[in-house]
Amino acid sequence: MNSPRDLPQAQTADACIGQPLPRRGLERLLQGRGCYVDDLQPPRLAHAVMVRSPYAHARIVSIDVEPARRAPGVLAVATGRDMAGWCKPWVGTLATAPGMRSPPQHALAIDRVCWQGEPVAVVVAGTRAQAEDAAERVEVTWEPLPVVADELAALAPDARPVHPGDADNVCYRREVASGDVEQGFAAAAAVVSATLRTGRHTHVTLEPRAILADFNPADRQLTVWHASQVPHMMQWLLADQFGLPESQVRVIVPDVGGSFGLKIHVFGDEMAAVAMALQLGRPVKFVADRLESFQSDVHARGHRIEARMAVSAEGEILAFELDDVQTFGPYGCYPRAGTGEGNQVLNLAGAPYRNRHYRGRLRVAFQHKGMVGPYRAVGHPVACLATEVMLEQAARAVGVDPAQARRRNLVADDAYPWTLATGPVVEGLSQQASLDRLLQMMDYDGLRAAQARERARGVHRGIGLAHFVEMTSPSGRVYGAGGAPIASQDACMLRLTASGMVHCAVGITEFGQGAAMMVAQVAASGLGVPVERVRVLLGDTDVTPYGGGNWGSRGTGIGGEAVWLAARALRENLLAFAARVLGRPADALDLRGGEVVEREGGERHLSLEALARRAYFRPDLTPADITPELMVTRSFSQRAYGSVFSNGVHASHVEVDLDTGWVRLLRHWVVEDCGTVVNPLLVDEQIRGGVVQGLGAALYEEVLYGDEGQLLNGSLAEYLVPMAGEMPDIEVAHLHTPTRTSTLGAKGAGEAGVAGASAAVLNAVNDALAPFGAFLTEIPITPQRVLQALGKVPR
Amino acid sequence: MSTEPIESMTLRLQVNGEAVERPVAVRRHLADFLREDLGLTGTHVGCEHGVCGACTVRLDGRVVRGCLVLAVQADGASVQTIEGAADARMAALQAAFHRHNAAQCGFCTPAMLLTAADLLDRPDRPSREEIREHLSGNLCRCTGYQAIVDAVEATCRALQG
Ligand code: FES
Ligand code: FES
Repeated sequence: MNSPRDLPQAQTADACIGQPLPRRGLERLLQGRGCYVDDLQPPRLAHAVMVRSPYAHARIVSIDVEPARRAPGVLAVATGRDMAGWCKPWVGTLATAPGMRSPPQHALAIDRVCWQGEPVAVVVAGTRAQAEDAAERVEVTWEPLPVVADELAALAPDARPVHPGDADNVCYRREVASGDVEQGFAAAAAVVSATLRTGRHTHVTLEPRAILADFNPADRQLTVWHASQVPHMMQWLLADQFGLPESQVRVIVPDVGGSFGLKIHVFGDEMAAVAMALQLGRPVKFVADRLESFQSDVHARGHRIEARMAVSAEGEILAFELDDVQTFGPYGCYPRAGTGEGNQVLNLAGAPYRNRHYRGRLRVAFQHKGMVGPYRAVGHPVACLATEVMLEQAARAVGVDPAQARRRNLVADDAYPWTLATGPVVEGLSQQASLDRLLQMMDYDGLRAAQARERARGVHRGIGLAHFVEMTSPSGRVYGAGGAPIASQDACMLRLTASGMVHCAVGITEFGQGAAMMVAQVAASGLGVPVERVRVLLGDTDVTPYGGGNWGSRGTGIGGEAVWLAARALRENLLAFAARVLGRPADALDLRGGEVVEREGGERHLSLEALARRAYFRPDLTPADITPELMVTRSFSQRAYGSVFSNGVHASHVEVDLDTGWVRLLRHWVVEDCGTVVNPLLVDEQIRGGVVQGLGAALYEEVLYGDEGQLLNGSLAEYLVPMAGEMPDIEVAHLHTPTRTSTLGAKGAGEAGVAGASAAVLNAVNDALAPFGAFLTEIPITPQRVLQALGKVPR
Repeated sequence: MSTEPIESMTLRLQVNGEAVERPVAVRRHLADFLREDLGLTGTHVGCEHGVCGACTVRLDGRVVRGCLVLAVQADGASVQTIEGAADARMAALQAAFHRHNAAQCGFCTPAMLLTAADLLDRPDRPSREEIREHLSGNLCRCTGYQAIVDAVEATCRALQG
């Protein structure tokens, strides 16, 4: 299915869908003229600083804020008890996660803290330095309480519940089963099993979380500048939490310095800052510092999976079974709940392959640790790692080449729609073609031959592959049906200006992925105007149509389609009006290059500017039975499937130093199919950015806690992220299987880079170490873990 | 808990070619001084502990981390931020970044550009590995670094032959 379907009709003269156009608006960022939340300094700005818990679990015996109130520059100090009167608590569960529980969570803890770093008081002062000084004067008497830190210990029958009154620490559990798993294991030529672990990772957006709230008591208007992916969702939630009419809340999203699924939640510290703006009637800003980010941003990916796979002598998967324990914090993050991660692991495990005999169990464990929530490619890398590591190990066990084993198991490209063993229906993928393309692109056979030669010279290189299935453009079945105020629809408002320009407002948001450029290209192509003519506006709830914002790779698949539909509708209106002005049949006309032209032959009739002037300024010359609508709004939501699935395959080439345990990344390849690509320049680096996050997860990143729930690495010197020097060149290729759920045919591409990268690296390392009988089952793959696997240092 | 009064002093320096004279708290770091006192918000703050490189500025021609230099240490010096870095070489680099889509959220970008510009002054043309090495103090969480390396390499090739 790798041949492109006919692209939308306007793929003619000046259509720019598919063109690698440089991103507009980037000049501003390149010249340091961007504007992020922390760059804003409105008059009378005050700064909020949090007092946070030094303990993972403790009772707040007393808080004395008086010394802080008397400190220089302090405007207000509030505790959890004060806050509870202003902002109601929230509950981070979803109806679509049946049986999940989470107690109400307050913006600031009231009697008891449940993770180290949980905010307990907020200090507002004229400058941040003053607020920080004063925060140190807040005197809290703590009574430390027993800590549940380890996830397995949390699930033990005698474990002390994280929340008093609970019977256990199972926040959520789910089981899925299909086929005859026992029979598969009984018939196997080989059964492989392992306990796989993925570190707790976090987003590390370079710009930390930031919010600036201003309340004008005169008109009771709350304006919030927020580093957010979801302005309309935040508008709804702020109104709800603070009991304001939604119309009195405006959320503006300026430039955002990275998001990756972090900036879509309600965070207590941010709500506390908003509450203080409401109390003080002046602007209050809160920007997390890096330590606060590590403590209080949500984490993800902490899984411990018992996996088992049965294969035939030919490497065909006969049964697959996994038991996942997902680490969690003390609360489900609001409003997305945070169990999506484990659910996705169950849903996507084994997804690329035909096997029908599958059993999965998930348990999400409450712990006294930082909260857990969605991170780019929710659950995908974990599902992919479990599947792909087991598959390569199984292939090794029966002596089949791993690429060959995949070929024997992949769902055929002509077998779609395909129902996954776990339930979801997948519309159309190109796994086989992706594998072919990958093997050719990386010269798989050549690389294998070289590997054997190098081994003989004592150089230990490995090749690892990993197929992935990516969920994008979700329908309302997850969050909407779960009861969360999360729009799965998006809209575009498009109008012709008086000078013949096009003004385009959309509900999706920009945080660097190039959404605005995508919108401009789709609008220009749909209309038939040069892309320079399109001005794009997003990120302001007062001026953009209601929509879900950007998450779950929905920007192009859903937002882009709304833009396309609006552009086609406006085009029709324009041509109908031009037909009347010119006295020609509308279907004899076309819009190209911003001109009304004769469809056949292209003779130029009228510029858009002339048409706009005629419509806006000279209705007196226009027959009374036609009033052109030069502004249109179109909405789109994806309803055909739970998600629009994309797919692809990664390969990693690494070299392992047997003496130091050091893993060097040599090359990385990705073949990815996101259907119609609107702008390859943007998609390519989007994929690479994801790959680098996945490589970071594979080799460096892990949020570490001590036995007492103490965060051990709260700085960038200790939580390692990939820098340019360690990263390899990453080759990206695309196949195009457009989705039939939209005219545009575009699927999301945001998760693809992360989804398969870590698994490919782990497989490559295991491939390099296979001759020594070493088998790593854990990421990040630290030098120590490599040496342990080699038996060179004790475990 | 410190109870001593916060000391400040009058700072005189050149910023982007302009003479600046301001009182400043001695504990204020240069990045905060530039951002908050002078409104030069192109310099970003990502960690304040010297790792991410987002706060990079030029101090007397050398790139430094604005969060690790106290503003008072820049007394008498000349500071250049991204807003003031407008020579032909920087313009070429910025254009290459744009062409290659070497920036996404743009938070790391001003610092990345100032660091990369150092390479343009080298007499020889750096290899890709050297470029990666040179940029290794600047975290970018969005791009895959590759477009950045491509952009720097292309600019070096254009300028250094
Ligand atoms: S802010 Fe200075 S290095 Fe990160
Ligand atoms: S572009 Fe976002 S951090 Fe580099």
